[in-house]
Amino acid sequence: MKDSSQKETGCKGNAPRGETLGDALRRQGVSRRSFMKYCATAVSMMALPPSMIPLVAEALEKARRPSVIWLSFQECTGCVESLTRAHTGTIESLIFDAVSLDYQHTLQAAAGHQAEAAREAAMEENYGNYLLVVDGSIPLGNPGYSTIAGISNLDMLNDVAKGAAAIIAVGTCSTYGGIPHAKPNPTGAVSVNDIITDKPIVNVPGCPPIPVVITGVLTHFLTFGVLPELDHLGRPVAFYGQSIHDRCYRRPFYDKGLFAESFDDEGAKKGWCLFKLGCKGPTTYNACATTKWNDGTSFPIEAGHPCIGCSEPDFWDGGGFYRALSMPTENIAKTAVYTAAGAAAAGVAMGALNRAKKKAVSKAHIKITIDDLET
Amino acid sequence: MGRLMSPGDAAQFNIQIGNKLTHNVQPILHQIRHALEQLLDDHKTTTIDLRSIPLAPEEESTILDILGQGEVHARLNALGPSEIIETGCAGVWLVTHFNESSHTVSRFIEVTEMPDILKSQHRDIFNGLQMLNHKLETLAT
Repeated sequence: MKDSSQKETGCKGNAPRGETLGDALRRQGVSRRSFMKYCATAVSMMALPPSMIPLVAEALEKARRPSVIWLSFQECTGCVESLTRAHTGTIESLIFDAVSLDYQHTLQAAAGHQAEAAREAAMEENYGNYLLVVDGSIPLGNPGYSTIAGISNLDMLNDVAKGAAAIIAVGTCSTYGGIPHAKPNPTGAVSVNDIITDKPIVNVPGCPPIPVVITGVLTHFLTFGVLPELDHLGRPVAFYGQSIHDRCYRRPFYDKGLFAESFDDEGAKKGWCLFKLGCKGPTTYNACATTKWNDGTSFPIEAGHPCIGCSEPDFWDGGGFYRALSMPTENIAKTAVYTAAGAAAAGVAMGALNRAKKKAVSKAHIKITIDDLET
Repeated sequence: MGRLMSPGDAAQFNIQIGNKLTHNVQPILHQIRHALEQLLDDHKTTTIDLRSIPLAPEEESTILDILGQGEVHARLNALGPSEIIETGCAGVWLVTHFNESSHTVSRFIEVTEMPDILKSQHRDIFNGLQMLNHKLETLAT
């Protein structure tokens, strides 16, 4: 148990140590009925069968509030903004409120040595059991590019990762290097995966990621004590299992070959497919089209803008947000040819895409356009 | 038959795949029929997560139209509102949970005599008893 002076240094320091999640929710005045409602929603969110609701409730009730240490490296704080501003006081924030966020240098009141003392205390008390959340990439070019309390990002990550039970890389910067990694990558930015190889890591990419995905991963870990099923890029399948394109409400227009050619033409006004305006939906795996943003209001394509593919590796170097996938842009084009062929074959799962295949397609790069598909 | 939700509600529900028909209406209705038989024969309850099944908005409306509207319409206020409606098929309930911004966060069809979420929960009953005891003690002093 922390003493009172220590309690003031962490983000959630007023919560008793060792209490269960059920205790924490009761302390916050959450009724059992509300908790059961949360569990039902969590099960649906994690794509589990409804018969799991009582088991999830039982597991969550007994789960110890995990200590969470959140490290922010080369980032813009957009990921934290996404999480903290999107669902204030709603059901999705319940789990996030119930973890013991012991270090997050943007959110915590303490600063400087006091903040670092809170981190070290949390690490010592929960060694081997705490969750490490990372947003931002790690510069390898020069340690001085990004430091916290005089400690380089690389040293801090290595140090904190040692005692972590698992790592959740939040945002495209920590999962793939993101914008700092974009060419010419002046800081030598890399992802968490590039440095830490001996810990379970779940990638939650997006620029920023959808908040409910972050809380969904936390819920899964709390419930089952393990990370959720991941795809070949380390992303939770429940949220990244389908492409934006597959779940897009404009998909029928794609199938019929009806495309907006510019942002103000008749096609755009009629809500036709944005593929020719550079939409990366066919090669982007994320839950935007179903979970949506701003309390479920809409997502970029619904607002009339093509998907920029922000949850995919190297999206910033894809050759242009407004270039159609079938054009010979750099990395994205390699994917596009394969994707276009997949669409033509009607029913070929886009999930078959992987890096190896992208390379193979790249070698035999044949330009295929929408016009080719329509004929 | 009356609709159980407005078109606006349907549009909010985020399982839509454009207007493309998925042809999942009949399989779901058959699943409900089997679940009703199990409820009658073995008292076994079933829950179907509508979010887990691809449905176009019009298909969901079709299912709800076919099931119709029953005698019970309850509304909870627990971490945002929830709507519990018995359909025209007694024993088949539509449970919709909303967040505090009134956006749908999950929707289930429950085949049961009464959805558990409607019942008072034991822990809440215990808390209620404690509160009443405390108030009676306060009155006595």
